[in-house]
Amino acid sequence: MESKLNLDFKTAEHARQTAKRIAENTHGFIEKHTSVTVERAILRLLGVDGADEMGIPYPNIIVDHIKEKGGLTTGAAVYLGNAILQKKMTAQEIAEMVAKGGLDLVALPMGSMFEIKNTITTIAKKTVERIRSNREQRDKYLEKYGDKKGPYLYVIVATGNIYEDITQAVAAAKQGADVIAVIRTTGQSLLDYVPFGATTEGFGGTYATQENFRLMRKALDDAGAELGRYIRLCNYCSGLCMPEIAAMGALERLDVMLNDALYGILFRDINMQRTMVDQYFSRMINGFAGVIINTGEDNYLTTDDAYESAHTVLASQFINEQFAVIAGLKEEQMGLGHAFEMEPTMKNGFLYELAQAQMAREIFPKAPLKYMPPTKFMTGNIFKGQVQDALFNMVTIMTGQKIHLLGMLTEAIHTPFMSDRYLSIENAAYIFNNMEDLGEEIQFKANGIIQKRADEVLKEADKMLEEIEHTGLFKTLELGKFAGVKRPLKGGKGLDGLFEKDANYFNPFEELMLGGTK
Amino acid sequence: MSGLYSMDKKDFDKSLDLTKVKPYGDSMNDGKVQLSFTLPIANDPKAEEAAKQLAKKMGLEEPNVAYSKSLDKEFTFFVVYGNLIHSVDVTNIKVHVVENEVMDMHQTNDFIKENIGRKIVIIGASTGTDAHTVGIDAIMNMKGYAGHYGLERYEMIEAYNLGSQVANEDFIAKAKELKADVLLVSQTVTQKNVHIQNLTELVELLEAEGLREKVILIAGGPRISHELAKELGYDAGFGPGKYADDVASFAVTEIAKKMKK
Repeated sequence: MESKLNLDFKTAEHARQTAKRIAENTHGFIEKHTSVTVERAILRLLGVDGADEMGIPYPNIIVDHIKEKGGLTTGAAVYLGNAILQKKMTAQEIAEMVAKGGLDLVALPMGSMFEIKNTITTIAKKTVERIRSNREQRDKYLEKYGDKKGPYLYVIVATGNIYEDITQAVAAAKQGADVIAVIRTTGQSLLDYVPFGATTEGFGGTYATQENFRLMRKALDDAGAELGRYIRLCNYCSGLCMPEIAAMGALERLDVMLNDALYGILFRDINMQRTMVDQYFSRMINGFAGVIINTGEDNYLTTDDAYESAHTVLASQFINEQFAVIAGLKEEQMGLGHAFEMEPTMKNGFLYELAQAQMAREIFPKAPLKYMPPTKFMTGNIFKGQVQDALFNMVTIMTGQKIHLLGMLTEAIHTPFMSDRYLSIENAAYIFNNMEDLGEEIQFKANGIIQKRADEVLKEADKMLEEIEHTGLFKTLELGKFAGVKRPLKGGKGLDGLFEKDANYFNPFEELMLGGTK
Repeated sequence: MSGLYSMDKKDFDKSLDLTKVKPYGDSMNDGKVQLSFTLPIANDPKAEEAAKQLAKKMGLEEPNVAYSKSLDKEFTFFVVYGNLIHSVDVTNIKVHVVENEVMDMHQTNDFIKENIGRKIVIIGASTGTDAHTVGIDAIMNMKGYAGHYGLERYEMIEAYNLGSQVANEDFIAKAKELKADVLLVSQTVTQKNVHIQNLTELVELLEAEGLREKVILIAGGPRISHELAKELGYDAGFGPGKYADDVASFAVTEIAKKMKK
């Protein structure tokens, strides 16, 4: 691609190498640790399913049991494998027995580590095959229907009731939506467990559960068959259960997951060490499942000033990219995020938005960039809101953004009505068609406002990355360099669920999934 | 995610009942309505309350003023949401619609050749004081509107567009001179029901001249419904979303019917 911005690609490469070192330095820490949700995700993938009569998920019961007995440093897989070998029972039977207090996994004499690993790997391979076949099923659909060339229209549903969500999602798909995201209920990201079953009672969103995933997947496959299109399903792989949500998504063929390396730390006050460990395994699963991850840089701009902090978005995109590389994600799966959030009264604001979007496009050429609509400066004046969304739509089509979150004219008023989604899809479809090749037709003026702005943001991001490398990522987060939010190394939620691995630690999926796509 | 979420309880019956249909926001029977209006008062706390009270009088429960803005010292613009208490019994609704099959230009030409056997004459005008020609032009002009060719393009129709502000007397004189089969009257301005008076006057004049039964008389405009037109003594009325195809199909079908009598 010819640069429209006359970007200094040497600086971009320098920034990328710096980010790579930052990620690698942090990865040394990550590799030494596991967490309660990493272990629960492993159990889920090994076939531990469901909850007891109190609604406590079996994966939680097992992990808490091992944790109490001080065994989590070896990993749940080893204890489960040992019990399966000795008791000649399935993973699920073992789990139910432990839940009833009929078995102490840690007290059970430990068999041969070689046999345990063999047993566990055999079970793990079956799950990995199921995930692989899900990926193939997605490819088959895409081959049959063809994939969309232009931006994917992404809309949310958020009724709290999975069945009502389905009604809304199917209507949206019929109106032209390509990606349906089911917003989670308020506060789910702070729960250190994932419930089971279909749910109908959420607050501003619907619980992410494996059964809800399955129901929505089925509804969208059916709608897609009717429409001759593949409708992608998106959920939120963030919070205290990142790897578990990733596991559920992989098993039920979700296509897109919000999955940021830093988001939980900054915006949910989850402990940074815990998040680093959790994001790694969640991304490994997403990578293997062929899921497109969406990163959350857009959130920096809703808390910080979008013009002043534009470079923090780019710096974070570089870091997210490098963490994703380590977890085995391909560039085509990296939906790096940003947003159209500059203050609407700003003179030439549109030009700066255009510069930022074009810059991201040129620096991450294969990434399906995720572009978020205006939210911060939406006022309740729905007529103006529709115009703001139109400007946002124009940037997308002019700069080739891929995952296009539709702006709603009623943003800041209520979760979208069916008609809001219709108006929004119509707006985007009109602009995307009417301006389809405009981006190909224009060049930005040499040394003009747009070129200079991109250059300035790139240089600042490069400088920031150097500082982060020098200071260290954890320290940088403590200093509040991202989104203006300061987080202490040992503060936040979930640190008590983090464990250093011992010499016998075993996670069968690392070997099976890493780099194992095709 | 940003934005405020609706946390109101949804404990109403969520099944669809066609005898009690309500607006749909994001759940069945939530009654969600969106409206905007301007009040001629200053934008102060009283103004918002005034907007809410008006919304309540319109039948909206839990009105929410999503936006208010001073347009001038004494004018305030509002965007308001609320839940409508009213419902409508759809099973009991009867509507008057123009009931004939809509043909495209070629089919209409063929129909005229087969069933009428000569070119037909259609004259159209925006009558009375109405200066708007957008409606009559959309129906009659050669190039038509929104992809539908106008009557001037029809091979079997001689179409005369007399333009705007044509007095009813002059319109009738022209109809006689051209031996018109069909009269199209366009009315855009509806303030103080001026269109009703004007449309009624035309019917009375046609009757006085003994012409009413000899022609197909059609009214059109953004506020014209088929029901209203029939009430005023017209053969048909065409409102928004109707094109030359609709008008021509109706007219030629009616002429053919008359010839058979």
